[in-house]
Amino acid sequence: MGNAQGIGAAVKRKEDRRFLVGRGQYTDDVTLPNQSFAVFVRSPYGHAKVNGVDAKAALAAPDVLAVLTGADVAADGLGGIPCGWLVKSKDGSNMVEPPHPALAQGKVRHVGDPVAMVIASTKAAAKAAAALVEVDYEPLPAAGLLANAIAPGAPQVWDEAPGNVCFDWHIGDPATTDAAFAKAAHVVELDLVNNRVAPNPMEPRAANGSFDGANDQYTLYTTSQNPHLTRLLLAAFTLKVPEHKLRVIAPDVGGGFGSKIFHYAEELLVLWASRRVGRPVKWTSDRMEAFLTDAHGRDHISNAKLALDADGKFLGLRVHTYAAMGAYLSTFAPAVPTYLYATLLSGPYDFPAIYAEVKAIFTNTVAVDAYRGAGRPEATYLLERLVEQAARQLGMDRVELRRKNLIRADQFPYQTQVALQYDIGDYQATLDLALAQGDYAGYPARAAASKANGKLRGFGMSTYIEACGIAPSALVGALGARAGLYEAANVRVHPTGSVTVFTGTHSHGQGHETTFAQLIADRLGVSTDQVEVVHGDTDRIPFGMGTYGSRSASVGGSAIVKALDKIVDKGKKIAAHLLEASVADVEFKDGQYRVVGTDRVKAFGEVAFAAYVPHNYPIETVEPGLEESAFYDPKNFTFPGGTHLVEVEIDPETGVVEVASVTIADDVGVIINPMIVDGQAHGGLAQGIGQALLEEAVYDAEGQLTNGTYMGYCMPRAADLPNFKVGNHVTACTHNPLGVKGVGEVGAIGVPPAVINAVLDALAPLGVTDISMPATPEKVWRAIQAARAGKGA
Amino acid sequence: MKDFEFHRPASIKDAVALVAGTSGAKYLAGGQSLLPVMKLDLAEPPALVSLARLPGLADIRVDGGTVAIGALCTHDQVARSADVAKAIPALAALASHIGDAQVRNRGTLGGSVAHADPAADYPAALLGLGATIVTDRGKHAADSYFKGLFETSLADGELVTAVHFPVPRRAAYAKFAHRASKYAVVGVFVAETAGGVRVAITGAGATVFRSAAMEAALTSSMTPGALDGITVPADDLNADAEASAEYRAHLIGVMAKRAVAALR
Repeated sequence: MGNAQGIGAAVKRKEDRRFLVGRGQYTDDVTLPNQSFAVFVRSPYGHAKVNGVDAKAALAAPDVLAVLTGADVAADGLGGIPCGWLVKSKDGSNMVEPPHPALAQGKVRHVGDPVAMVIASTKAAAKAAAALVEVDYEPLPAAGLLANAIAPGAPQVWDEAPGNVCFDWHIGDPATTDAAFAKAAHVVELDLVNNRVAPNPMEPRAANGSFDGANDQYTLYTTSQNPHLTRLLLAAFTLKVPEHKLRVIAPDVGGGFGSKIFHYAEELLVLWASRRVGRPVKWTSDRMEAFLTDAHGRDHISNAKLALDADGKFLGLRVHTYAAMGAYLSTFAPAVPTYLYATLLSGPYDFPAIYAEVKAIFTNTVAVDAYRGAGRPEATYLLERLVEQAARQLGMDRVELRRKNLIRADQFPYQTQVALQYDIGDYQATLDLALAQGDYAGYPARAAASKANGKLRGFGMSTYIEACGIAPSALVGALGARAGLYEAANVRVHPTGSVTVFTGTHSHGQGHETTFAQLIADRLGVSTDQVEVVHGDTDRIPFGMGTYGSRSASVGGSAIVKALDKIVDKGKKIAAHLLEASVADVEFKDGQYRVVGTDRVKAFGEVAFAAYVPHNYPIETVEPGLEESAFYDPKNFTFPGGTHLVEVEIDPETGVVEVASVTIADDVGVIINPMIVDGQAHGGLAQGIGQALLEEAVYDAEGQLTNGTYMGYCMPRAADLPNFKVGNHVTACTHNPLGVKGVGEVGAIGVPPAVINAVLDALAPLGVTDISMPATPEKVWRAIQAARAGKGA
Repeated sequence: MKDFEFHRPASIKDAVALVAGTSGAKYLAGGQSLLPVMKLDLAEPPALVSLARLPGLADIRVDGGTVAIGALCTHDQVARSADVAKAIPALAALASHIGDAQVRNRGTLGGSVAHADPAADYPAALLGLGATIVTDRGKHAADSYFKGLFETSLADGELVTAVHFPVPRRAAYAKFAHRASKYAVVGVFVAETAGGVRVAITGAGATVFRSAAMEAALTSSMTPGALDGITVPADDLNADAEASAEYRAHLIGVMAKRAVAALR
């Protein structure tokens, strides 16, 4: 594109210097004058009545400013934490939407549910006083596990939700699906669990609220992926103050993976408490608190059936899923197992019939909401386990079975049976690329080498699709979203030609300060050093819906491009005046306005300067200045897809699974920065492999999280992972101006079933047919023992 | 974490006196076990007596048939010691797999031995080699030192100053690490010593223990195959989310064979 830093260039991340030298500014780094500190008293029970809270001793402790409880929250009229998505049941009734007070009122419903907030002038004093708050709990039977919560006679999380059912939803056509199964030559069935995982961003959540009584002005620093939505929910639902009196700043944020999308009670409480105590109030989660209070991901129990004809062509899919919601509905929770899950069940395949039913279930646990991939990993895991099982059961080649059923490149746009319309893709191409890069042909030799070393080698794959860039607003509104899902941008060209970009997306690891600067470099011909990208401050940025669902480039980047188009057009009018030419005769290319077919040019910088020093200027028709805003609401989701290949080596004596190789070929659309795309793929793969082999947030029946520390919860480390081979095959998205699709989640979506399929492939000769995630050493060893015992018997 | 007094004495005598002078006071070496539990308010010692300034406790000496390692030697120091690697390569290798790099840079031999965590690695080497624990007031044989869960034969306030490891003819340590914590789920130390074959097992029980059956089998034939069919009963073994007692019993057999195969 004529610019070495433009679209497609592997520009090094501009933001990394401050992160690498420890000079990032995170929420907990913000200490305001007269700062005070909050510590929460949280329920140790999964379910209990709260008969009383005695704060006398805590209030008498040194340096304590206040102890606030649910009664204070009620007395001050704070709103409950709202859910941002309404899902209706099959019968048309609304989901059960129970109240979610910021501090518990009458009952606690999960371990970690906040009961009281202790504010003191030091964190140590607040912590010491919190230990003095006496809460009179009356423990109640709990539904700590999804499997318990759906059992007949299970303890009730909410009286208003019989059977703990939040909603009973469906999608697809049951009649055509029944017909498909009726004529099927083969039916393959699996019962599957998608394991609950804790998000574990490197930076725990934090919030620092301050109230300026002289101006009735609130300021919140918070670890948020979308500060504008947080402001909107605070203004409209929870704090209930005018939006212009509330500034939300999400400074550097150390990872989110979804868990920092949502509006959490602590954000409301620090603002409210600041008004009460007359000092800024800061709360910073510790790691154990994070395990107990950050919204978790996944947690599904499903039954899936695949109907095939005699040749292995897919005829139909029938799915029944129970999805845990936790005790309260988090911001996007109902959308995750419905519109982000069941709508993806067609995968990259041509399915004539699909019917899916989803029951959302309350449990006495922290909320379950979007976590890297959000619904799409659950859909992909189900489908790819099922397809692999079909290949095994029918004795067909796993690659050929997929190839036979993949949507062909000439079938786009492709309308699925579950609402989505895929605009473009080339699934055969990514399949072929992955097989070539992963040397699939050489697999038998590698398997033989492993065998010679006493190891069992397995090959697993998944061909997947995802939906990114969640939008358009009109569609999501019809599906129950209570917010729009467009994006906003403001591009300010300074008189000397440098550029500040204000984006409503939020970067918490994605590298927007680099990739968005590349868009400016590409369009305006300036160096990325001349561009600053500003995000995360509602007072500086027009509006925005934040970063999640791999939406930043496709939606936020498109908004920036729209604003840039306006800048270029305005500049053209100014340049035409300066060049004494007609606007129609001026073109803009490589940072220069040129009278077409001549050597008469004005550099972009000269035009910018003229806009601010309009001595010689078309002042009658063009305003001075060079700054433009744009909102962009996409026409459709984007649909990245691809093929992931995994080889594992299993030690049959111990059950240890080693990931021997990972090869992926994705189509993430046009690539802005290949280095960042690779990095996003790597991070997603690490989390996907983590879910498949290492991670599980384990609640017991009473609702106790049994492994909420890093001594028990196993995060993936570099040594657990091989070097990844990442390839890309690009088909450009048809409906956004950049042709981008999104890459933030592909690894976490595509790889878990490939890992488990590889484990099962390795164990198949022993007779093992099923294993659940995470495939821990003991689980694998037990599967081997059971298979051997079965064979012997 | 509660407030506490902090002392940094310059002599063993002063350190011992300081701990004796305050009920509940603790020695602080590398802090890799004590500080985490203090941060969680699970231990609230009123005073910490840092050993950092005590002279002469961070030396490694090889003297004839004994490797003497000062209590304040870090795991990393032991792992990287050419003298240890030459005399008892299994001991250097064991130290190189404790925890992670941060733990190895701070954690000490003396701290590990005094703490006696049931899943720590060093106890397997001490018991497997028949080491001697040297303190400010005497000596303890490893065979009678590890008494139970976090329990040793140290008296109140007794300070470990060094451990003397007899150099074996051959030894090896095989560890099955907890995926998250990297502690030993099962670790087996096998040694051919002047006093016979010793097999010490850590991570699996309340404290490190020897397997007489394995020692007898390996005395007859120092081969992995000699351990075929020899099991350690699962009854008294640890069980947790990472590994059931039955799985640990199985892993003891596997790790013992791997240690035998790795003897050098």
